[in-house]
Amino acid sequence: MMSITDVLRRVEEASAEDVVAEHLEQIRKSKFNTFITVAEDQSLKRARLIDSGESKSGGRLSGVPIAIKDNMSTTGIRTTCASHILDGYIPPYDATVVERLYAEGAIVIGKTNMDEFAMGTSTESSYYGPTRNPHNPDCVPGGSSGGSAATVAAGEVAISLGSDTGGSVRCPASFCGVVGLKPTYGAVSRYGLVSYANSLEQIGPIASNVEDVAFLYSIIAGHDPKDSTSVEVDTEIGIDCDVKGLTIGVPAQYFGEGIDPAVESAVWDGIHHLEDEGATYSEVDMPHTDYALAAYYIIAMSEASSNLARFDGMRYGLRTEDKDWSTTFSDVRVLGFGAEVKRRIILGTFSLSTGYHDKYYLKALQVRTLVKQDFDLAFKDVDVLIAPTMPMPAFRIGELVDPLSQYLADVNTVPINLAGVPSVSVPCGSTDGLPIGMQIIGRYFDEPRILGVAAAVERSSQYS
Amino acid sequence: MSARTEDGVIIGLEIHVQLNKLHSKLFCSCGLDYHNAPPNTHTCPVCLGLPGSLPVLNRSAVKSAIKVALAMNCEILPQTQFYRKNYYYPDLPKGFQVTQYDYPISVNGYLAIERGDGQGIRRIRINRVHMEEDPGRLVHEGTIDRSKFTLVDYNRAGVPLLEIVTEPDLRSPKEARKFLNKLRNILEYLDVFDGDLDGAIRVDANISLAGGERAEVKNISSYKGAERALSFEIVRQRNVLRRGEVVVQETRHFDELRGVTVSMRTKETEHDYRYFPEPDLVPMRVMDWVPTIRETLPELPEAQRTRFLKDYGITGNHAASLTLDPKLAQFFEDVSAAIDPKLSASWIVDVLKGELNYRDLEIDSFKTADMIEILKLFSDDVVTEKGAITIIRTILDEGGTPDRIVSEKELAKVKEDVVTSAVDEVLSECTDAIADYRCGEAKALNYLVGQVMKKTRGRADPQDARTGLLEKLDSNET
Repeated sequence: MMSITDVLRRVEEASAEDVVAEHLEQIRKSKFNTFITVAEDQSLKRARLIDSGESKSGGRLSGVPIAIKDNMSTTGIRTTCASHILDGYIPPYDATVVERLYAEGAIVIGKTNMDEFAMGTSTESSYYGPTRNPHNPDCVPGGSSGGSAATVAAGEVAISLGSDTGGSVRCPASFCGVVGLKPTYGAVSRYGLVSYANSLEQIGPIASNVEDVAFLYSIIAGHDPKDSTSVEVDTEIGIDCDVKGLTIGVPAQYFGEGIDPAVESAVWDGIHHLEDEGATYSEVDMPHTDYALAAYYIIAMSEASSNLARFDGMRYGLRTEDKDWSTTFSDVRVLGFGAEVKRRIILGTFSLSTGYHDKYYLKALQVRTLVKQDFDLAFKDVDVLIAPTMPMPAFRIGELVDPLSQYLADVNTVPINLAGVPSVSVPCGSTDGLPIGMQIIGRYFDEPRILGVAAAVERSSQYS
Repeated sequence: MSARTEDGVIIGLEIHVQLNKLHSKLFCSCGLDYHNAPPNTHTCPVCLGLPGSLPVLNRSAVKSAIKVALAMNCEILPQTQFYRKNYYYPDLPKGFQVTQYDYPISVNGYLAIERGDGQGIRRIRINRVHMEEDPGRLVHEGTIDRSKFTLVDYNRAGVPLLEIVTEPDLRSPKEARKFLNKLRNILEYLDVFDGDLDGAIRVDANISLAGGERAEVKNISSYKGAERALSFEIVRQRNVLRRGEVVVQETRHFDELRGVTVSMRTKETEHDYRYFPEPDLVPMRVMDWVPTIRETLPELPEAQRTRFLKDYGITGNHAASLTLDPKLAQFFEDVSAAIDPKLSASWIVDVLKGELNYRDLEIDSFKTADMIEILKLFSDDVVTEKGAITIIRTILDEGGTPDRIVSEKELAKVKEDVVTSAVDEVLSECTDAIADYRCGEAKALNYLVGQVMKKTRGRADPQDARTGLLEKLDSNET
């Protein structure tokens, strides 16, 4: 795997154009189907502008290629959300995170594969075929940001962006053995991120190491006038991996039934390493965790049913033969959306409908408040919470075909999105050659601390 | 429920008005000056609902909404929030409309109108005033049923709208029209609304007769339309009842061209809009803004009318007419600073306004200074009433200043000695007419006056000519 420092050095030695050409070559040879679109012309053009001094050089990421999940808007580069329905859609504007990356001289090398509209845990629901796990090509990379995690794990790029609605950055980071951060809700602008469940999701950085994740976070975070839910945050993050005196909470509910023993022991190893370095831990009770999964799926699907209403083939994307409005509209959606997307739209529409709204949607909001409360109470006593990111290592492609079994795999990641707190997944071991990730969860806007703890884990882990 | 009139007509209105004096749309910075622009030129990723775009609330729109709510005696809620109203239609780029549902900006207001039967005042309760975005506009080639396709223009998508919902307190189509006129008057005084622009106001009306279900009539897009649609609907419902059938609860479409309402859908097929809070916009607390907005509210038409009566002593009709338009009222006040208010009011309302209406012009087409000048010329007896009217017409049709028009058109009243000599000449020439007059032929005098006017080429005051003639005739000077 590469680090930002490696790439910056290579840009210095050779040129941005050489670096981009080398990346493109690497991606061309990839066996993992990590990209949906490789922005060959655009990235080479941008590299030449940087080399000639016409474009921003001296930026903190000058000449560094980055992979962007294909649900973020990029001017002139096709944006598909891994869906047939967005066929041929080339956005006329950049997401705020992309603007901020360009301002630092970064180069968008391409758009990574994902579950269709970010709905999934395996990157198998992509219209463009599944991404493979670089640690074992028969296994999934996790999802929904599978392409973004796998391309970093495969050493194709140093850094990428994913989005995390219910674990979509942390799950693939865990399965692919890389570091992925789900920032506090509001820390990073969502402007240009195609909404799946907008009250839950955040764009998050993925890299081979904690330092690069922290660095990337400092570039993309902060208030954006175009996103009313974004806030000003302190982006000057100095990672302090001294954990002396740190209090860790270990929520019993996150080590529940069905957890893979190898995962359990790897996470405990990580906790004990931190203990060796001066941290203390205690078990904490998060009593509403059991209800979080159901609440999460109801809220996410409800919001999705509305967010995805705009895809009607009228203004962009897939267009079938022109008939009357309702027929064409239905044709486009029948043809354009995959099975999982349709399932979630139908379930979400149902739970918002008169007669069910109070029973499902409102009830789910109440549970959300209780889950938040769990975190508020826990953080009165401890500085961070540590738990397995996923209850298992990467599963095999085609292994979890039943949608419910994939939903259940998100049991440890979704409560964090319901609460809006930050969480970083960092590798802490492996089993049968497959990486295991632990997540460090923090108080609102406490990214500096959880990244520091992640760095301590990274340093002590045999795996890194 | 309030008292019913004899046939038990009950009307409630849902009025959509565009806050079309703002500079930008409700959730993006696109301009509102799209009325003469080519289609889809006032758009951006936000109002087109492109994937990934997010709304940002226009604060000025919120302030305008608060202004209107206060003027309608509403209560401002401490916390306000936007919701999504989900339905599919090609004019709706996101597949939902961002509107308000629970926690609207304001509730519980009222407006008083004159009752339709003239028997005093009726207070019409306002259920709520809330904010929402306008959808785009569908355009058809030719008529809607003949057109082979529909075109969509999103220039209008995202224009800030206020929805004003009344309680079912109106008792006749006439009252509905009075209410709408009063509402428009207030909105124009608040300087948030231009009622002349296309699509500025749209009305849905709920109407029922005693003992019947209500029908909702949609697509009423003018003040007159409201009265016509409601009158039609009363006749229709009355006929249904007369046939011994029942009026069903349904939504009906007003066909403005034919002046009829047509059934669209019954209650069973009503939409389920699946409202839920818009996650991309945070709840707002606006109470801090209210005191400042309240202090800076302009004088509203009713208060101004009362003040005009009291301070200027003008007639009730003049005061009512002047306060229909804030610019006209201001014009009157400016003119009255220099000219007798009663004279000003009478000239502005009875003359100038008619001349403007005839030419489809607004009061801004006439300068205050010109009006003052004209009224001075008239009160100083320099021009006749007819002369003053000619100056007004000339300014409107050809331009120019009162001074120059008076000299170019030779409108100045001729001096007395010129009249006297014209009278003398006429009396020496028209001996037959004098004889007739002396024989008691009253018409002969008119003939003589006409001759004096002819000699002075119309610049003599006819009254002066008559007086001069009579003096001479009676003193037997001829």
